[in-house]
Amino acid sequence: MNKKDIPQDHSALVNYIKELCYAVGEDGQYTTANSTGWDVKTNALNLAWQDIEQRIVTAYSQVKNREVSPILYYMELRLMDIGILSAYTGFWKWTIKRHLKPSVFVKLDNKVLLKYALIFEIDVEDLKTEKFNADKF
Amino acid sequence: MQINFNHQQSAHCENGVTVNLLNYSGLRLTEPLVFGMGSGLFFIYIPFLKVNNAPAFSYRTMPGLIFKRTCSRLGIKVIRKKFRSESEAQRILDDCLIKNQPVGCQVGVYYLTYFPKEYRFHFNAHNLVVYGKTDDRYLISDPVMEDTTSLTEFDLNRVRFAKGPLAPKGQLYYPQIENIVSDEKIVYAIKRGIKQNIRDMLYIPGPIAGVSGIKYVAKKILKWHDRLGAKTTGLYLAQLVRMQEEIGTGGGGFRYIYAAFLQQSHAYLKNDSIIKIAEQFTKAGDMWRDSAIQSAGIFKGRLTDRADFVNMHDRLMQIAEVEKNAFTDLSKVKL
Repeated sequence: MNKKDIPQDHSALVNYIKELCYAVGEDGQYTTANSTGWDVKTNALNLAWQDIEQRIVTAYSQVKNREVSPILYYMELRLMDIGILSAYTGFWKWTIKRHLKPSVFVKLDNKVLLKYALIFEIDVEDLKTEKFNADKF
Repeated sequence: MQINFNHQQSAHCENGVTVNLLNYSGLRLTEPLVFGMGSGLFFIYIPFLKVNNAPAFSYRTMPGLIFKRTCSRLGIKVIRKKFRSESEAQRILDDCLIKNQPVGCQVGVYYLTYFPKEYRFHFNAHNLVVYGKTDDRYLISDPVMEDTTSLTEFDLNRVRFAKGPLAPKGQLYYPQIENIVSDEKIVYAIKRGIKQNIRDMLYIPGPIAGVSGIKYVAKKILKWHDRLGAKTTGLYLAQLVRMQEEIGTGGGGFRYIYAAFLQQSHAYLKNDSIIKIAEQFTKAGDMWRDSAIQSAGIFKGRLTDRADFVNMHDRLMQIAEVEKNAFTDLSKVKL
């Protein structure tokens, strides 16, 4: 890539960072220059976010239909998967999978709920299933 | 307390941390040199590691290795510590700062408050330097940022103890230069770096890494298309592009850095054929970028024919060929 070809497209980095790129200068030697972004990259990033949003919406309706516990919704909201959630909470993966069942979830101790709430940075009340029926989200 | 630390922006976080820490210890190197000495160029496809529900790709070597290899090849001692407890991790960090020693830290990106939200995923192999502390804020030199920044105690502890794959466990590290690094040492490190990189890219066993890894992914694209459909394949390709170019991961960018490394190492090796080979890496970098544009066409839904996926397959095969030839030529150079 030649230095003059370094893309200067609009991206989410605006107001934060101009990233550093290596490119060939006119003398054939490598040099560096800053870039505001590249559309191709921005598109890839947007797609990743669209996928995440889709997952959150799906999780929300699943919770609403009582197919799964609200843990799934918040897990998706915080971009986690069961492995990451397990690492943060200290619960085993299979324990979390059990907690995803609404029937198990309603019987959970407040201490357990508090742990989830802490990791999700929400109140314990927000974790309760009733919230999801109020259609507040 | 604040250490007089020179912050220099870099394309990749680990290179930058290495350059800036060594610079503080009195050894001036450039990002490409560090990247090459540490045999940073790589390719690996990790199907069993899912990142955001798509398989992981990496265009560079394992996190931590660039720093480690560069230092050891230059005969520099590395101090590296991992912690179980957050308070212990903070205490040791404070100790270092009191002794005027800036330290590199491995951190997770998700809770990194000064990063734009769009870039904050659960990615745990980011690197930064802590170089001072005011009342309640740590002074941070994050090499991908243009300027220095800062984090509260709470925020720094949180990113140092991010959880999940590649959890940093509070890891901190810094170089300890005991003997002056001579030019001969630098020449030696460059040669070692090149040799190992040739081995990593050409002869690493198994199908998923090195040049054969690129070919493997090329073939996989067609399989994904036939089995998982165009949409999922598009998502995977988006991942391939993001890992190639995104902050903290690099990629086509890495091919350029490697070409820059070969150019710069010419001053030490005095070998003209290296300059020619550098051009091949530039070409590989350009091809990676062109293939990213093709990928974008696919994952934006503009290109949907099977022929478009075959085109992508062909592009990766060609890139593999170019990189293979480049490294083969490099292996023929008498170092």
